[in-house]
Amino acid sequence: MSRIVLLEERCKGCLLCTTVCPRNILRKSERFNHQGYQVVEAGDNAAECTGCAACAVICPDVVIRVFRTRKARDGRGGDA
Amino acid sequence: MTMTEDLLAPRPDEELVFDANPVQADRITHYCPGCHHGIAHRLVTEVLHEMGVAPQTILVASVGCATFTYDYMLVDSVEAPHGRASAVATGVKRARPDRIVYAYQGDGDMGSIGLAEALHAANRGERITVIFVNNTVYGMTGGQMAPTTLLGQKTTTTPKGRNMATEGAPLRMSELMAQLDGVIYAERCALNTVRNIRAAKKAIRKAFEVQRAGLGYSFVELLSGCPTNWHMDPVAANERIGKDMIPVFPLGVYKDATGGRPDGAAKEADHE
Repeated sequence: MSRIVLLEERCKGCLLCTTVCPRNILRKSERFNHQGYQVVEAGDNAAECTGCAACAVICPDVVIRVFRTRKARDGRGGDA
Repeated sequence: MTMTEDLLAPRPDEELVFDANPVQADRITHYCPGCHHGIAHRLVTEVLHEMGVAPQTILVASVGCATFTYDYMLVDSVEAPHGRASAVATGVKRARPDRIVYAYQGDGDMGSIGLAEALHAANRGERITVIFVNNTVYGMTGGQMAPTTLLGQKTTTTPKGRNMATEGAPLRMSELMAQLDGVIYAERCALNTVRNIRAAKKAIRKAFEVQRAGLGYSFVELLSGCPTNWHMDPVAANERIGKDMIPVFPLGVYKDATGGRPDGAAKEADHE
């Protein structure tokens, strides 16, 4: 499985990432960070991550790091 | 090693396909949630990093929300008086022609206060790059009408919506730029979808390649969201760009006088 790491302290809770994930992994959490924003989190289906990096591309605050499992590579391109 | 650091190390079967770039400061910005300046900053710094030119690059920051750009992009920088970033960039580039010089300006700064300086720098064909962030409103000062404000859009200075008869129509900068002989490259992009963001990065790369090759003036307009001054949540603001802004500000390459130069520059844009 591919995976993402959310650097929660950077998140401003804009939720743009939740609108682009093809597997609907991302959702609003119940947690607030030190900035006072209600941050995003990966849901129970986080294992479905394809490593497409769409979430990281649209994130205005460089919150997300994306790790793609080599065998899961599907040529969809991650960098932008 | 903390748990986060552990998670940030790729495992043997993994590849890190998205990471922060070293030209963008590791600092939380002052921008509001969902503001597209963050995306624009990332794209510009990624391009400078990938071209390997960041140590030879000088940013001319403008006035507005993006004034603090110099805190977020790790390149040498100068702060210009309001609207005059293109004029200051002209001086910087003429003094240091070996440097990559770019201005990062908003629509109030460039389209209103500094319109004369912006157009004349372009018309003279100064060998600079201008990144123009168009979010149809004055952000930092609290949401007044900008030259780019859409007809009917409510702002603090157009409380009943912008009216053609009294405030005129939205100013289209990319189209204006395309009319000037000094302009080598002008493209309008948007930051509202993953596909458009990827196209915007290609355009920014192309603009900087035009400057590196010494061809002349290059310009990239980025349609951006301002959830705070549009009085929308970030997701709704993002939708507004596709629904209301792009029909008024069509995306695309408005001028490309590169004649295929420089080699290896970005391919045809791929907007939505």
